[in-house]
Amino acid sequence: MPHTSPPLALRVRNLRKAYKDVVAVDGLELEVRVGECFGLLGPNGAGKTTTIEICEGLTAADSGDVELLGMRWKSHAAALRQRLGIQLQETQLGDKLTVLETIRLFRSFFHRGPAAAEVLALVQLEEKSHARVGTLSGGQKQRLALACALVGDPEFLFLDEPTTGLDPQARRQLWDLIEQFKLAGRTILLTTHYMDEAERLCDRVAIMDHGKVISLGTPRELISSIGVEHVVEFSAGGGARVLEVPPLRALEGVRDVRTENGNVLMQVTALHRAVPALLEELDRQSLPLTELRTHSASLEDVFVTLTGRHLRDE
Amino acid sequence: MSDVTATIGPIDTTAKSPRQTTFADHPLVQLTLTNLRGFWREPEALFWVFIFPILLAGGLGLAFRNRPAEVLKIATVSPQLESALRNEKLLDVKQLSVPAAEEALRTGKVALLAMPGPDGTVVYRYDNTNPEGRTARMLADGAVERAAGRADPVASTDRLMREPGSRYIDFLVPGLLGMNLMGSAIWSMGFAIVDARRRKLMKRLVATPMPKPYYLLAFLFSRLLMLVIEVSVLVGFGAFIFKVPMRGSLPELALLCIVTSLSFGSLGLLISSRVQTIEAASGLMNLVMMPMWIVSGVFFSAQRFPDALQPVIKALPLTAAIDALRANMLQGASLAQVSPELAVLGGWMLLCFPLALRLFRWR
Repeated sequence: MPHTSPPLALRVRNLRKAYKDVVAVDGLELEVRVGECFGLLGPNGAGKTTTIEICEGLTAADSGDVELLGMRWKSHAAALRQRLGIQLQETQLGDKLTVLETIRLFRSFFHRGPAAAEVLALVQLEEKSHARVGTLSGGQKQRLALACALVGDPEFLFLDEPTTGLDPQARRQLWDLIEQFKLAGRTILLTTHYMDEAERLCDRVAIMDHGKVISLGTPRELISSIGVEHVVEFSAGGGARVLEVPPLRALEGVRDVRTENGNVLMQVTALHRAVPALLEELDRQSLPLTELRTHSASLEDVFVTLTGRHLRDE
Repeated sequence: MSDVTATIGPIDTTAKSPRQTTFADHPLVQLTLTNLRGFWREPEALFWVFIFPILLAGGLGLAFRNRPAEVLKIATVSPQLESALRNEKLLDVKQLSVPAAEEALRTGKVALLAMPGPDGTVVYRYDNTNPEGRTARMLADGAVERAAGRADPVASTDRLMREPGSRYIDFLVPGLLGMNLMGSAIWSMGFAIVDARRRKLMKRLVATPMPKPYYLLAFLFSRLLMLVIEVSVLVGFGAFIFKVPMRGSLPELALLCIVTSLSFGSLGLLISSRVQTIEAASGLMNLVMMPMWIVSGVFFSAQRFPDALQPVIKALPLTAAIDALRANMLQGASLAQVSPELAVLGGWMLLCFPLALRLFRWR
């Protein structure tokens, strides 16, 4: 193991993987430190799942090197499997088994780990222990999938889009659970296309696009790297008159202006100066303000700034 | 590596106990239980494997049961003829008016109408394309001639054969047993494997430390456990309700069933080794099984097919299985006597199993 500081749980070097006609992962470099929660953030098709599945030893890379817990898949597959917790995207566990039976099945594969009942308690599914998996809600199924990843008391947890498709309440519940694992000191690598999830859970985030890491750092660092603190979104006018955009760029505290679906988005560095200046400008153009929203710059804005696209462009 | 292994969280402060080594927590036991549960909790599978063969055996057994020799209904219009015909026990004679008798003949209520002809002759009216009509004609004529004084120069007696083992139900039960062993082995392997692959459950299992051979071994174990129930239900039903003979050795019959099931299990594994959807699997399974249902002698003897096809039919696993089961149950054949059939079943296993392992996809 390299004696870098802090120690690394995962090191990925120059990883490449192409499917028939698309390059899914294109020379990816990644380092995950022991005990951190690391997020791979990117839109669908960015190569997140391929990357995580190569790290999990489920997909073979075309080239490149993966070193996980100081081991490699070629030489230490059996030992690695015992020490990893894996949750895959879109796994449907067997509908006919009960929750407890499912956990006991997964538990039987590991040499060590908590008893099935303890894992159930951890993911708050005790009441459902004798319910058939087929009768669970989406959030409960996802918590069960998480339980199956925890039965071996893993040092390293892989979570591939853990909250995709869940309602807001179920997502928050799952976030609370993942935060507990962070407190427990486990190393976590998760993929997501939700910027709020990455901001809330991840110590560091790699933004991925087209199989490459295009930006890396803590969520704070990434957001401040675009030099924007807030985003002001507004619409003005009623149809008769058209808003002139260029004068907006010259306003004090405004860094960039884009229009999107009839709305105007201004990236601003100083909200308290930009908003009065905007109102004055609209007044000058004699346009009424119909809508105004502001939010602190987010990872979404980072992605938009870097790629010109949204994370969830469908 | 201490820096890595130091990442220990609260859940394993209570989990330091060594791995529980109870029998139930062995991965093979858990995987086998998973298979059995998946099967038991699927009402349709239970129906097709347990109920359907019994319904089929019961229904066909009733339809083709050996009835006591049938008494044929005939009609006549003359009292003299009636009294002559009464002497034949296999005829049920009715004396009717001419129009009523003709009506009865036309509507098939009687098989034959005996009428007095000119000069003391007798006229038989019947449909000679109908076997009942021809039989009635022979019986009626014999009775009339004997009543008129015919003497039979050769005396004869009848000895009736109605022995278990030569009835249709006796032929059918081993056939259904073979068909059931094929269907349950192929379906239970095929659907479970393809469903797990489709759900990406198989991929998830591969992401655990589960030893891969265990996954397939568990199918073997659950199949053998199910086999005990399947075979005893069907054979028990045949033996107790229809008195189907069990002339061969029971342990040898059990062995034949196991070999049959393993052979079809291998075929099922091969069928499901790559398929991604239930629909495709279902089509493929029917494609493989349907021809065997027809040509392998489940419901009627495979010998009825042309001689040129016999080598092909004999090489099919279901033909071999059914021939061996019939030989054991009906003729009391030993294993040595069914060795050609065992060789065919073993050959299919040796062909399919390694090929299935080579082709098998875990995702």
